[in-house]
Formats: sequence, C-alpha cells, structure tokens
Amino acid sequence: MAKPRIATASLAGCFGCHMSVLDIDERILDLIELVEFDKSPINDFKKFTGRCAIGLIEGGCCNAENVHVLQEFRANCDILISLGECAICGGIPAMRNTIPLRECLEEAYLHGPTVHNPRGRIPDDPEIPRLLNRVYPCHEVVKVDYYIQGCPPPADAIWAALTALLSNKPMELPYELLKYD
Amino acid sequence: MSDLERGVREICRSFRGDRTRMMDIVQAVQARYGCVSSEALNVIAAETDTHRVEVEGIVSFYTFLSAQPKGRVVIRLCDDIVDEMCGMRPVAQAFSEALGIPFGGTTPDGAITLEYTACIGLSDQAPAAIINDVPVTYLSSDKAREIVAELRRHGDPRRLVHRLGDGNNAHPLVRSMVHNSIRRKGPVVFAPFENGAALRKAMAMSPAEVIRDIKTSRLRGRGGAGFPTGMKWEFVRAAEGEPKYVICNADEGEPGTFKDRVILTEYADLVFEGMTIAGYAMGAAEGILYLRGEYAYLRVFLEHLLAERRRQGLLGKSVLGRAGFDFDIRIQMGAGAYVCGEETSLISSCEGRRGDPKNRPPFPAQRGYLDRPTAVNNVETFCCVARILDQGPGWFAQIGSRASTGTKLFSVSGDCASPGVYEYPFGVTLREVLTEVGAEAPAAVQIGGPSGQMVGPADFDRTICFDDLATGGSMIVFGPDRDPVYIAKRFLEFFAHESCGYCTPCRVGTWLMKKKLDALLEGRGEAADLPYLEDLGRTIKFTSRCGLGQTAPNPVLSTLKNFRTAYEKRAPARTDGHRAAFDLQAATAEARALIGETTAIY
Repeated sequence: MAKPRIATASLAGCFGCHMSVLDIDERILDLIELVEFDKSPINDFKKFTGRCAIGLIEGGCCNAENVHVLQEFRANCDILISLGECAICGGIPAMRNTIPLRECLEEAYLHGPTVHNPRGRIPDDPEIPRLLNRVYPCHEVVKVDYYIQGCPPPADAIWAALTALLSNKPMELPYELLKYD
Repeated sequence: MSDLERGVREICRSFRGDRTRMMDIVQAVQARYGCVSSEALNVIAAETDTHRVEVEGIVSFYTFLSAQPKGRVVIRLCDDIVDEMCGMRPVAQAFSEALGIPFGGTTPDGAITLEYTACIGLSDQAPAAIINDVPVTYLSSDKAREIVAELRRHGDPRRLVHRLGDGNNAHPLVRSMVHNSIRRKGPVVFAPFENGAALRKAMAMSPAEVIRDIKTSRLRGRGGAGFPTGMKWEFVRAAEGEPKYVICNADEGEPGTFKDRVILTEYADLVFEGMTIAGYAMGAAEGILYLRGEYAYLRVFLEHLLAERRRQGLLGKSVLGRAGFDFDIRIQMGAGAYVCGEETSLISSCEGRRGDPKNRPPFPAQRGYLDRPTAVNNVETFCCVARILDQGPGWFAQIGSRASTGTKLFSVSGDCASPGVYEYPFGVTLREVLTEVGAEAPAAVQIGGPSGQMVGPADFDRTICFDDLATGGSMIVFGPDRDPVYIAKRFLEFFAHESCGYCTPCRVGTWLMKKKLDALLEGRGEAADLPYLEDLGRTIKFTSRCGLGQTAPNPVLSTLKNFRTAYEKRAPARTDGHRAAFDLQAATAEARALIGETTAIY
C-alpha cells in the first residue's frame, strides 16, 4: 500500500510552525517512513502531485493568494489541520484588523518615516497578491478539521497528532502538551 | 470655584459623600447638567473619596448616563422586535427626517437627541418611546412628526401628554398617557386590597411563623427562576450579619415584559406591604425598591405612596406601633441596564457600582447588599406574599397546580388582538391563553422573553408552570409571516448589547452567533453553521457566570430545536469545503479600489 501523503503550507505566518515540525528532531526519519511529503516548503514541491491524507496549514489568510492556496489544500487533502495561532485566530498579522486597510498601506508605502517612494503609489503590480480587507483565520475561508494550538505548537504535540491520525488511533494531547504558561 | 463644581459638590454632600449612593449622585448630576462631564467626574471622585475611573466606569456602563452633553430633550425610541412588528421602522424614519438627524445624533441647536433603546416595558402599546422621562405610546409616523413639531415649539416633553391613561396613570403625580391594559384579573395580584391588613396579620404572628406560612403556601419567585421564597427568607433570617436587607427587583428589562409597570401603577401598596412583611420576617430594617430607569415617570407617585404609608404608621419607626420593628423603603433608580435585573448585578448597582454580576457563592442571602444578608425578590412575589398573609397559605396553595401554586401575570404582546396583562392560575395551557388574547394564527410564541424559549404549535397544549413551560411572564406571539431566524437574531443583538463584558464567552460569543445569523439571513449560510451555532451556544451557556450569558443563546437554541426548517432552508450543504460566508471579491474590494483596479479576482 502506498504511503499516505502529507502537504504543508505557510500562509500569513512566520514559518515558526514549520520550524516546530522540524523540531521533532530525529523522529522526522520515522515520519518519512510513515508518510510521503507532497506539496510543501520542506521539499519545495510547488504543486500537488496526488491526493493527500493530511494538510497542515500555518498562518491565516491575508491576501488572495493565501485564499487560493488554502482552497487548493482543501480540495486535495482529506484532513485539513490549522497549525498554530495564526491559522486558528489570525495571530500577529491580524493585529492590522483594527486599522483600516488604507491607513495600513499608506503608512507602509507613502507616509512612513523611512519610506522612499517618489511616485507616491501604493504597489499595484499584477504579480502582487491583493490584500484582503482583514486577516481571516483559515476556518472562516474553508472547512478545517482539526486545530493544534500554540505559537508555535510544540513539536511533541504535532508529532502526537500526526501519528495518531496516521495510525487511526484516538488523539491524545495531554494537558502538558497544550499549556503555555 | 465654577458653578458646576459648586453644584456637583452640593449634590454629593446631599448624599453625605457616600460612595455607595453613587447611582443617585451621578443621576442627579446628569439631571441637572445634562451629562456627567469630565470636570464633574473629578469633583464627584474627590467628594466621595474614590477614583475618577470608578465614577467614569459607572457613567459609561449605564445607557441613560452620558459623559458627553446630549440634547435638552432625548427621544429614546424602543427598537424591540415587538415595536418593529408594530411599525417602528416608519416611525424611526419620520423622527429622523423631521429632526434632520440620524439615530445617535443631536440637532445642531442642542435641543433634541435621537436614540434607540431596548424594550421600555410598553410592548402592549407599541411602537413606543420615552422622551426624557415621559413615555409616549402607540406611535405612528404622523405622531412622530407632530411630536417633533411640538417639541420644537415648547421643548417640554411633559406637555406632549394630551390624553391621560386609565387608573393611576391619570393620577396628578403620574399624568401619563400609558394604559394599564389589565385584561384579566385573578384573585392574587389584581384583587381589591386593604392597606395594612396583611401586615397586621403578619405582625400578629412571630417572624418564624410568617416564614412558615410562606413555605406552606409553596410560593416560588416570580422573576423566572422560581426559587422557593420561604426558603430564601429562612436563609437570610439565619445568616450572620446585621443589618439585613430586603430588595424588590423592579428592573423588568426582559423584552416583552411589562407586568411590573402595571403592578406599580395600580397595586404598589401591595408590593410595599409584601416588602414590609419580608422585613418583619427576616429582621431587616431597610428595603430598597430598585426601579428601572424606564419607569422613572412613576417615581414621584411611588415616593408619595411611601410617604402615605409612613403617615399611616405602615413604614418607618415602630411600624404599626410595634417598638423595635423599624422598617423603611427607599427607591433606587436604575439607569438603563438589562443586566441589572440579575440579582447580583442589581446589588452591585444599588451599592453604587457598575452593574457587574458577582460570583456566587456567597449568595446574596449570605452576603448581598453591602455584604449583608439580602433577600432579592420580584415585584410580583411581594404581591403574593402580602396576599398569602392576608388570605392564608392554604387559600393560596389551592390556586394553581401542585408544584406551582398561585397565579402568574403574563405580559402578552405581538400578533394578537388584545395585548396586555393577564392573571391566570398556574397550570393554564398555552392554547387557552392564546385563545383569550385573540391570537388568530399563532405560529410561534416566545415564552419568558428572549432568555426563555420559542415554542411552536406542537407545544401549545403544554401547561404554564415551573415544571413545564416556566416563564417570568413575558409572552410574545408571532404570526405565520414572522421569521424565527430573524427574531432570534434580534434577540441576540439585544444580548450582545446588554452583556456586561466580564465573561469572554458571553461578550464575544453572542457577537459571533449574531454574525453567523446575519450570514444565514443574507443568504451566505451553509449546513455546517447549524452545529456551529449549537456548539457555541452551549459553550456560552456553560461558561458564563451570570444568568445573562447562561440564557443569551436560548433564542437561537430554542428556534433551532423547534423551528429547524427555517434554518435548514437557509443552510444548504456544501461539498467543496469552502465557507459560504467568505466572499473573495468582497474581501479584496477595498484593496483593489485603493490601487484603482477594476477587474475582479478569480
């Protein structure tokens, strides 16, 4: 039987959750015994190559490209997991949600103290993904099956969740794995 | 020293700088100066030896208090669902157009402010508004324009009353256009009564015997929760700490409830008598009637009745000549906060604080008002108490059903021919009530107000009592054209607005639920929304510390249960896993507009 496939993506995140995935240390060798990595920054696959069992999403949606990637993951993955604070709640990027988009962009590109922008234009190249009016948590854009919290979630929690899902066992995330104080 | 400073100082000193009387102080300042300005906050804080932020917190908490100046006349139009069903929207538009200001605005000359407010206890004569303290009823767009024209002419809301209501509404100290609309009288509350008769009988017994009589009558609280009154009194009597307090909860804010308005207009003496009996039974020396701000028009009249009772020896030092039994009642005005109907919030408010609920235990019976043992009872409960002592507990216990003795007042409004107050023995079926109120084609009834439940025709043969359909008295009838999802959304908006904000599940959860209902109503719903709403609703109920949060999801949960098809037809199943409520075009519209891009995103 072919190994189940895993895909991962970092949307509006800092890659910290991906670092935490790598933080499972030598167990990554066990992991690749269990699974095959599909589209992921870890192996730099840009496109899905087949149906995936699990999609791990780091970060929320701050622009149209994030939305497209997330919808692609939803279409290609059986189980979608929001990994970490930003995917679940928007996190640090969502701090802009209380400020109108116009003010954000003007501060960043026109009026900021270190800005040099003689043409006085907000970047509008078609290649740049358009920003959303606010940062959305993933489950407001597509259906999400599981949430692993933390900033980042501890490697052990990720490991416990993945191995449980892959071995079709009940997920056990004891309190120690999910407390952050 | 400025005029304001002198005036505010004078007000504070008239309450001896007592910080627990903060509600009275800020309301007096508001009444004299139109707002509690920044300067006034400083003076009050200094005079009452507290922090400015304390005072500011109170002013910002209550709807009727304001730190910014408002118009000399404030029109508060009730935007409750019943008022909306009775034509509030055109009235609102007429007010807004005639004044040339939106809701929330003040005319440029500072004369008139226009606002919405939650239920003001006049659902039986909706649409209604209160203008300063004056209730105006049965509004229409024509009347709204006339009111504006008149206010522009003389600026005195009291002169808007051209025709007086019935009964004591026409009393010189009330002079209101409100009608009692008592539609059905029963033997307990709406019956003739002789002042002092019940109190004399009570005082012929020992306090313990009075409590025993209340227990024998099996009287349960009329506010909705139905706690046995005798047991509560026994707890207070046995609790350590002096003095003890009796509080009457006349803060009926549950949308669609107005029975207390009628009781206080026509049978206030019965209430005061019940409170005095409670004072005697529990050994309390002071009673407080917490009157909701919306009923301020009754205050002078009620003060007059209290003065009369003092004159007759029914209140004050040595009540009925009994040395050692002193009992008096003061009126504490609320200022427009629904949560203050919750007993621990009400106590906070009486203590001159924000109306925040308190943790229980300790229960008010152990440590309530000023940390002393306190019994908080509903207006109607005190009426029952007086009647039980007058007529005997056996007489009372044989009315109603076995576990729910006595009668209950229902405030009926909505789609029926005769809205008003009905007194029925407990155990009456909902169908009997609906027939009598002239509900022609009732499709749904909201029992017990928004915090209660909405039931459909399948439940119309159930009986109204504590064991079946329990209710604090509000009964809103909805005809077949009304939309349960929309009604649930309106109720939820109310709770989201009235949440005190202490518990996150209540503060945020009610808002999230409302957002989801908006999506359903706007055609952006999906099947997954229904379990989401149920889940979130359960969480809010389970994790909120006071009754507001514990009941706020009820409008949604009960309509989801009893009117599920109304939700299901708005919640189609999706197979692509995309969220129906997310719209990429709408979400990127602002960014595209900022760079002048006109094409859509795919």
